Amino acid sequence: MQDDLIGKSVPRIDGVEKVTGSAVYTQDMTLPGMLYAKMLLSPHPHARIVSVNTSAARALPGVRAVLTGADLPYRLGLYMVDKPILADGKTRYFGEPVAAVAAVTEDIAREAVDLIEVEYEILEPVLDARKALQKDSPLVHEFLHTYDCVKGVFCPVEKTNIANDFRLKKGDPEGGFAGSDMVVENEFYVPQVQHVPMETHCSIAHYKPNGDIQIWTSAQSPFAVRDLLRAALDISHARIRVIVPTVGGGFGGKAGIHLEPLVAMLSRAAGFRPVKITATRTEEFKTLPCRQGLHARIKTGVTKEGRILAEEIEYIWDAGAYADYGVNIGRASGYSGAGPYDIENISISSLTVYTTKPFGTAYRGFGHVEVFWAVESHMDMVARELGMDPYEFRMKNLLDIGSRTVTGEEVTESTGSVRKCLEEVARGIEWGKPPGEAGGPNKVRGKGIAVLHKAPAMPPNTASSAVIKFNEDATANVMVSGVDYGQGTATSLTQMAAYHLRLPVENLHFVWGKDTDFGPYDWQTVASRLTMMGGISIERAAADAIYQIKETAAEALGVPAAELEHGDGRVFVRGDESRALDFKEVVMGYKYPDGHAIGGPVIGRGRYVAEGLTNLDLETGQGLPALCWTYGAHAVEVEVDKETGDVEIIKIVSAFDVGKVINEALCRGQVLGGTVQGLGCTVSEHYVYDGEGHLLNASFTDYKIPTVRDIPREMVQVFIETPHDKGPFGARGVAEHPMISVPSVIANAIFDAAGVRILDLPLCPERVYFALKGKLAAK
Amino acid sequence: MIRDINLTVNGEPVSIRVEDHWTLLRALREGLGLTGTKEGCGNGECGACTVILEGRPVNSCMVLAVEAEGKELRTIEGEADGENISGLQQAFIDEGAIQCGFCTPGMVMSARALLMRNPDPGEDEVKEAICGNLCRCTGYKPIVSAILEAARREKKNAG
Repeated sequence: MQDDLIGKSVPRIDGVEKVTGSAVYTQDMTLPGMLYAKMLLSPHPHARIVSVNTSAARALPGVRAVLTGADLPYRLGLYMVDKPILADGKTRYFGEPVAAVAAVTEDIAREAVDLIEVEYEILEPVLDARKALQKDSPLVHEFLHTYDCVKGVFCPVEKTNIANDFRLKKGDPEGGFAGSDMVVENEFYVPQVQHVPMETHCSIAHYKPNGDIQIWTSAQSPFAVRDLLRAALDISHARIRVIVPTVGGGFGGKAGIHLEPLVAMLSRAAGFRPVKITATRTEEFKTLPCRQGLHARIKTGVTKEGRILAEEIEYIWDAGAYADYGVNIGRASGYSGAGPYDIENISISSLTVYTTKPFGTAYRGFGHVEVFWAVESHMDMVARELGMDPYEFRMKNLLDIGSRTVTGEEVTESTGSVRKCLEEVARGIEWGKPPGEAGGPNKVRGKGIAVLHKAPAMPPNTASSAVIKFNEDATANVMVSGVDYGQGTATSLTQMAAYHLRLPVENLHFVWGKDTDFGPYDWQTVASRLTMMGGISIERAAADAIYQIKETAAEALGVPAAELEHGDGRVFVRGDESRALDFKEVVMGYKYPDGHAIGGPVIGRGRYVAEGLTNLDLETGQGLPALCWTYGAHAVEVEVDKETGDVEIIKIVSAFDVGKVINEALCRGQVLGGTVQGLGCTVSEHYVYDGEGHLLNASFTDYKIPTVRDIPREMVQVFIETPHDKGPFGARGVAEHPMISVPSVIANAIFDAAGVRILDLPLCPERVYFALKGKLAAK
Repeated sequence: MIRDINLTVNGEPVSIRVEDHWTLLRALREGLGLTGTKEGCGNGECGACTVILEGRPVNSCMVLAVEAEGKELRTIEGEADGENISGLQQAFIDEGAIQCGFCTPGMVMSARALLMRNPDPGEDEVKEAICGNLCRCTGYKPIVSAILEAARREKKNAG
């Protein structure tokens, strides 16, 4: 009866709680004696903190603690340990927290923050990552060389603004260019944008007198919060307990660690009372992280028949003030930054560069939305230069079985097929046929295509685990510590568990809130890795539980365990189903008629650590970084209004080689949502600064995300199922991928429609309008 | 100044002790412990705090609590009938209109207000009704489908 479970649109298990408003988010929580925290934010992008006077704030009735950077000699970071809890001696971006207050009410905390006096000495801001590379640029981190980072993986450059210098070289690029019939070179720019989870960051911490720290937080990764706080404070993991209730969206912005250490320290300073901080929407934009900016340059050498012979890529990442996470975006987008193309001779340089702007972190796609803006715009431009159809040009150069990626990894059947994705979307958009009729005399239509790929970007030894704990009535609690902040993974993992246990989904209780004291370890909920790594752990936990059930049943029934089967909540002898036991008779131990018992409570555990991956050679970038690639493609038809510069998406077709669809409705949901999120950073979203580096649009009024009025008229999702040999049921992750290449596919269609090529995102109406008018030279 | 306000919340008369500057959102969440109504921006820009005041959807972060004196208010907590969720809520689940769930209460309230004044809305009217409710997860299409489906179901039940 569970055979048809995989692929089925099982309703989301958290649906009723969420639709009734009864799901509890960290913002909804109040603890006895809880205090409220507020932050004082830096009014300058780059300034030395000369003095801080907190005496008036401390004197305000109701204030329980005031902290400044000088009180907190700790540094945080997942890959590069560069981030203080509060600004340490100088501020590195407009909006950086400089001091914080805990008080009995939020109103008092806010009033106290206003009473803190800070004297600043303004320093020259560093606002352009390219200029930050110049020898005379001010340094954002003077003591970069003293920071810890993951050695042998990241290469910060002492006395510069370079947090990481990633390099890749394969084959003979110089020779490839020399032998090319044509060389095309273009430059692109992607501005910083924001994740915009509807729930802003919120954390509560209770630092206890015995040194234990308990945290409730809107984090994606409870174990990463615990580990990074432990590292900063130099205490034991066992002293920290992190609980994650329901989380209102993350998209990478809640990966790693954020406000948790600040409230933990305030709680300690406030006499061990719990302290809560809830970021305002303005703070979410100004203070919490964003997505890094990118300057990209791609040079490609091709034969006149359209075969790529050589490529040279330069990515300069605008990391902002901190690169604790950003260094790995630079690295990951370096090793996968050529796109899914078979290129024999290539060099890639990817520099992660500090500036005095809000700092970037992981954001859905982890660098790939950004580099694919460049790669897939550029590939279209190369095809047009050659006079070739962009579809034909791509098909001539895409990876295929037997080709090798730019890091030297061989593509096999199991890797999946980007070609099939492109074929499907081209068919869906009727590539080669003229677009539909435009809706007015000043409107024109066109079509575009673009491909994409991404693999989880994570350390080569990343681990997951799962526990399936049977209850007395033979229902079971399923525990995985990856967080479902909307993706639907809890439901799809429950389906997988039900399949393996051969129990109805209703008999399984997926343990929703995450708790590092009770839950099994999971590295982080990022990188579209949970379906695969959590799924394998679930499969192994279920197998372990069934093994325990069969071991006990074998003894009770007097047959070898190998002769037992399970199904419908029973364990029975193969070929003789009359000799059977209900799971209920076994899962707490089997009791004989005389009262003596064997076995015991069944707790299945499964574990998985990424296998077969390696660090990359620091000079050549060669190695095996990818557990599993997911390929995809988009095709669109757009309508451009030549009078207003507005671009309407008439239809978008998206295809992904997901290996195996686990839950069709949830899978479609990821594609729909990811595509619209991609649309946001295509047409409207970007951080806007004044000339001195003050962020000007830290609100929904000035920073526009898509509303219901902005969605494409028609959206089609196609799933290709080339099984991955390691994936559960052959499945791969797909949560991030729908967002990748949305900007480039739209730009390609705008070119097709109106003959203008825009090289800088976003493709907002005024930019399209001026490009059409020829007033704005396209860079 | 602290004062008590009296109003009807989900059909029940309640009294809430508030300060003059409290918003209706704060009165609901902190005064009554009704945390189903969410704060997404505090500036009337995202719709997460939508409630139905005197039959009309409002951003409860933009209404002072004292303005609700004597009025009738409906929140997400009043949408289900005990353990039985409404057809609208069921349609949200069936159509995949929920992901992280943070915008969901406000979306449901905007949709409910629409169906109260127009039981048979077209797609454009649905879009009009929720264009002030931001959702970052779903891409909106499933939400529009859910509201249209709920209207169909409620019409069928009424007929």
